Amino acid sequence: MPLEVNGKSYETDEEGYLANINEWEPGLADAMAEADGTSLGDNHWEVINFLREYYEEYQIAPAVRVLTKAIGKKLGKDKGNSKYLYELFPYGPAKQACKYAGLPKPTGCV
Amino acid sequence: MSEEGIIKKLMYVNRKAPYGTIYALESLEVVLIGAAFDQQVSLAFVDDGVYQLTRSQNTDGIGMKNFSPTYAALGDYDVRHIYVERESLEARGLTVEDLMPLTYEDEDDDWAEKESLRIVDSSELATLMGEQDVVLSF
Repeated sequence: MPLEVNGKSYETDEEGYLANINEWEPGLADAMAEADGTSLGDNHWEVINFLREYYEEYQIAPAVRVLTKAIGKKLGKDKGNSKYLYELFPYGPAKQACKYAGLPKPTGCV
Repeated sequence: MSEEGIIKKLMYVNRKAPYGTIYALESLEVVLIGAAFDQQVSLAFVDDGVYQLTRSQNTDGIGMKNFSPTYAALGDYDVRHIYVERESLEARGLTVEDLMPLTYEDEDDDWAEKESLRIVDSSELATLMGEQDVVLSF
């Protein structure tokens, strides 16, 4: 189902992940969050931006265990734990944050 | 995600060049998925498989995704033993300088960066294979 944001149409797959990663823009993340009944604050953006940087460097979306460890290292132990990340992204930090970041579903995400 | 249980030694053996077949990418994906299960994982690169780790890969001409940057993420997935067979490198006129540096960060040693990649000769690799519980060949 295509996603309509600011008069532009974006192709997504059946689970709502953006079809073309290069089309991503921040407004898309806000629109996806709104569709999920939530809105994004600075703490969400920290994770989304981290995921985009990780993808840029390694060409994969990290598994949730890897994400948790890396966030802890980069943003501090109080943020590098499942509780904090699940509070931000209740549908699963890797899955939901990757969707907002325009990345494919993480490899090995079941 | 992981449960307490028997930890097995798994070795993934990669024998093929990266883009002519799907084996290299499939192997890498299985490694990344399997890493969730807390096994003791190692990777071996032999024959044309050594090309998977070469630096500066560029896939523009063949319209495929260059997945070589992903090998650098293996350290994050606790894959810390990557063996490259010396004879295979030499037969192709390659040296360790032609390969990407692969490291992991040791959480127990103040995140010190350590080498994951080791060049081994075929007899040593045979010994390592003999020590495995499971060897998966791609």
